[in-house]
Amino acid sequence: MALPNDTDPKLAEYAHPERLVTTAWLADNLGSDGLAVVESDEDVLLYETGHIPGAVKVDWHTELNDPVTRDYVDGARFAQIMGERGITRDTTIVVYGDKNNWWAAYALWVFSLFGHEDVRLLDGGRAKWADEGREMTTDAPKPEQVDYPVIERDDSRIRAFKDDVVAHLGLVSSGKGAMVDVRSPQEYSGEKLHMPDYPQEGAVRGGHIPGAASVPWARAAAEDATFKSRADLEAIYQTEQGLTPSDDVVAYCRIGERSSHTWFVLTHLLGFDTVRNYDGSWTEWGNAVRVPIVQGSERGSA
Amino acid sequence: MTLPPQLAELVDDFSAVGPKDRLQMLLELSRELPDLPERFADRADSMEQVHECQSPLFLAVEVEEGGERPVHLFFSAPPEAPTTRGFASIMVTGLDGEPAQAVLDVPDDFYTDLGLGEAVSPLRLRGISAMLARIKNQVRAATA
Repeated sequence: MALPNDTDPKLAEYAHPERLVTTAWLADNLGSDGLAVVESDEDVLLYETGHIPGAVKVDWHTELNDPVTRDYVDGARFAQIMGERGITRDTTIVVYGDKNNWWAAYALWVFSLFGHEDVRLLDGGRAKWADEGREMTTDAPKPEQVDYPVIERDDSRIRAFKDDVVAHLGLVSSGKGAMVDVRSPQEYSGEKLHMPDYPQEGAVRGGHIPGAASVPWARAAAEDATFKSRADLEAIYQTEQGLTPSDDVVAYCRIGERSSHTWFVLTHLLGFDTVRNYDGSWTEWGNAVRVPIVQGSERGSA
Repeated sequence: MTLPPQLAELVDDFSAVGPKDRLQMLLELSRELPDLPERFADRADSMEQVHECQSPLFLAVEVEEGGERPVHLFFSAPPEAPTTRGFASIMVTGLDGEPAQAVLDVPDDFYTDLGLGEAVSPLRLRGISAMLARIKNQVRAATA
């Protein structure tokens, strides 16, 4: 049984308000049957320093990624990860995390590849919960093992591979498709291969995919790490960038985590029909043989 | 090439346990990272940022004038970055007070022997190699 939606008026403005909950809603619903709270952080140890009571940890790097192939885990491993955490196929999952929910959005996106139906983000993430002085604990929950079915991952709808992006280039140059680069302006122009303060992730060339619009992910976030209002988001993506909800959009960043955040904004908050996250992102494209890139601040075209 | 004794001991401690316990040890180390001394409080701009780390991390290196030129390390990292703090603490525990030459002699890939790749992920481990590289640069500059 899915839990009731958060009826907060700010959320009600979004295209899919059922994909978000406020900290107040979560505080009221903590401990409810059928609810699992999942923390997914950039910092692998942050959960251990204190987390929302009852929350379980899922680490994107070490758990959702297959250790050998550059890919996500398969259905059997995913079922194991969920089952161990007491999550069934009809559990309502609320994901939250550090750093403006990047990794939480990433986890939510991976959960969506497996078609988990009811998965929501905590608006404002870990920082907002902590800033409001809400309860945190270091007690590790001990969920009862449950059965989660083995589901085959569906990469076709919300994930783009390099070849898909190559095919998409023509659509972008003819104005029938769009591409959003969510990295910092310095990464977009090619001046830097990583965002300030973040690790070099080994691309041999700097620049962007031809035709990609530069819309850094952070523009969608308010000061307190919550998402900006729908009107503010429309002003950025629709008015300023000229994207429309029927556009076929591909978003990318450097390894796919920041673009999950933008994927969430476009899909769930603005109601775009077709948005794919290119998780290979710049670490793949910037190293790939014979793919075009553009350097400098102009979009360029293929 | 041998590691300075404290660093060698840390590597032994990490490699002696499984991945889950390695994470626990890193967490404990993150709690033990010494606070920044007062004299750095008003000169944070004199510290060097380790851009490769996933969180804002600042580093200062002091090399004593006499004898074997012992090296002292100082780090500033926020509490919401326990992994980065843990890496910094490995550096302080393993290298603080060591002669400059011993610090320069630490193999650049020593951290692979900590066995943290599986527990933390190789991507995150780049922070620690970057810290060592920047420490060595500063030691070289101070002893040149």
